[in-house]
Amino acid sequence: MSVLSVEALDARHGLLKAVRGVSFTVPQGEILALVGANGAGKTTLLRTIAGAHKASSGKVIFDGTDVSNVPANKRTRAGIALVPEGRRLFGEMTVEENLLVAGRTGRKGPWNFTTVLEAFPMLQPLAQRKGNDLSGGQQQATAIGRALMTNPRLLLIDELSLGLSPVAVNAVYESLQTVIASGATIVLVEQDLSRVLRVSTRIACMLEGRIMLEGRTSDLTKEQITDSYFGLRRGAAHEVDA
Amino acid sequence: MIDQIVQGVLLGGYYALVACGLSFMYGVMRIINLAHGSLAILAAFLVWYIAEHLGVSPFIALLIVVPIMAALGWILQRTVLDRSLRSGPLTPLLSTFGIAIIIDNLLFERFGADTRSLAPDIGDLSYKSWTLPGGVTVGQLGLLTLGTAVVLIVGLQLFLKYAPLGRAIRATAEDPDTAELMGINSRSVYAAAAAIALATVAIAGAFLGMRSTFDAYSGGAQLIFAFEAVVIGGTGSLWGTLLGAIALGVAQNLGAQVNPRGFLIAGHLLFFCVLAVRFFAAGGFSLGWLKALRPRQPA
Repeated sequence: MSVLSVEALDARHGLLKAVRGVSFTVPQGEILALVGANGAGKTTLLRTIAGAHKASSGKVIFDGTDVSNVPANKRTRAGIALVPEGRRLFGEMTVEENLLVAGRTGRKGPWNFTTVLEAFPMLQPLAQRKGNDLSGGQQQATAIGRALMTNPRLLLIDELSLGLSPVAVNAVYESLQTVIASGATIVLVEQDLSRVLRVSTRIACMLEGRIMLEGRTSDLTKEQITDSYFGLRRGAAHEVDA
Repeated sequence: MIDQIVQGVLLGGYYALVACGLSFMYGVMRIINLAHGSLAILAAFLVWYIAEHLGVSPFIALLIVVPIMAALGWILQRTVLDRSLRSGPLTPLLSTFGIAIIIDNLLFERFGADTRSLAPDIGDLSYKSWTLPGGVTVGQLGLLTLGTAVVLIVGLQLFLKYAPLGRAIRATAEDPDTAELMGINSRSVYAAAAAIALATVAIAGAFLGMRSTFDAYSGGAQLIFAFEAVVIGGTGSLWGTLLGAIALGVAQNLGAQVNPRGFLIAGHLLFFCVLAVRFFAAGGFSLGWLKALRPRQPA
């Protein structure tokens, strides 16, 4: 059974149609990577699934329930968590407070303050440090940990490695393996194709608001993905009819 | 001189009590509640009404008025302030100004122009004092007011730091959109914050009634002093509000020593000086435009 099903989803920024008729499903335990150039609509799509951006048409079905008109806070309590682009930590609050504030949703699950710190060892000595005083990698780890504190069924991660040093990216991905190993269902927006190929089980390539290519990671070549990324492969065998 | 400073500190305690709800509301929702003073007077009338008609102490009456005012805060937030918050920064100012006018006139309609006081209901607490070495007198009510303000502010700080709802309030105050993504219903959190703010207003109103007289239109002056205390101490900071309130009280009392009219002027002057310092510290009246007029050096 699919955890997430997106049907003919449209989302706008004013007159600009940022997401155009996007449809896909994410089965339980899969890691779907959304790739695409800047402005392809990945962030808007993720925010629309999380309820932070209003869809202009289409459906978001989560665990068999249409949540298209459900506000963001209720979607989170239902089990959708978004790690937003730019981390958006509560900068005046400590790491511990950032984690605890997300833990009050009351959803039962494996993640709590202790297990999050175990999954992200780099946060252990930083629990009392304010969000504003963290490095980019530490902020990203906190942001993922904060989302995990809601014990999500579906984890949406936007631009995991954006603005991070290679060392920080390695550390965050290393910790993410623990999350993946726990059987989490993840939709990941990532620019780093090599990492996407290693981590994801499915890939969807977006261009100008549409999904141009979708398939199992093992079935796609890096060349196919790169071509779709830059819009060079319209009409390819794996192309999704948008 | 020392006696005047001590009296100023005690007066500052009262200002802190009035200002902490205003500061809390601004810190969380960025609303400057122009109805704050009128709401304090409403609470004072409620305490007075219950004390008079049930024959109970104002402190007992306060136990009834605090939840009433908290409920009023919740309702006001959900019905008026929440909607006005979504319409830009000016609309909450206008709405709360409107609420103040409605409260003032309803109170005038119900209670008339007569002044009231809770002092007769608290016995000798209203005038009893201790005399310290050096002739410094410390009024019992003033000390109780200051103590209540400190307890309230410490309590609010602890609540914001350690209570799950307190953390949710801080998160929402910092970034309501991201708070929503953490499962926090920002509308409910704002309503809870408004309820807390008005619960503190109820306490402030009761102490106002105990230490002085009040009538239906006394709210304006309370708002001005509360606003000055909040601005002097730094908007949105509860500890800052306490310090700002004490600074205002001390300035007023010292001003009164210089000239009988100096009480108000000294407070306003301190407020103006703090505003001016903040303005220039933020780069106000930058001379950049003068530099732009200077002839350019050849490259």
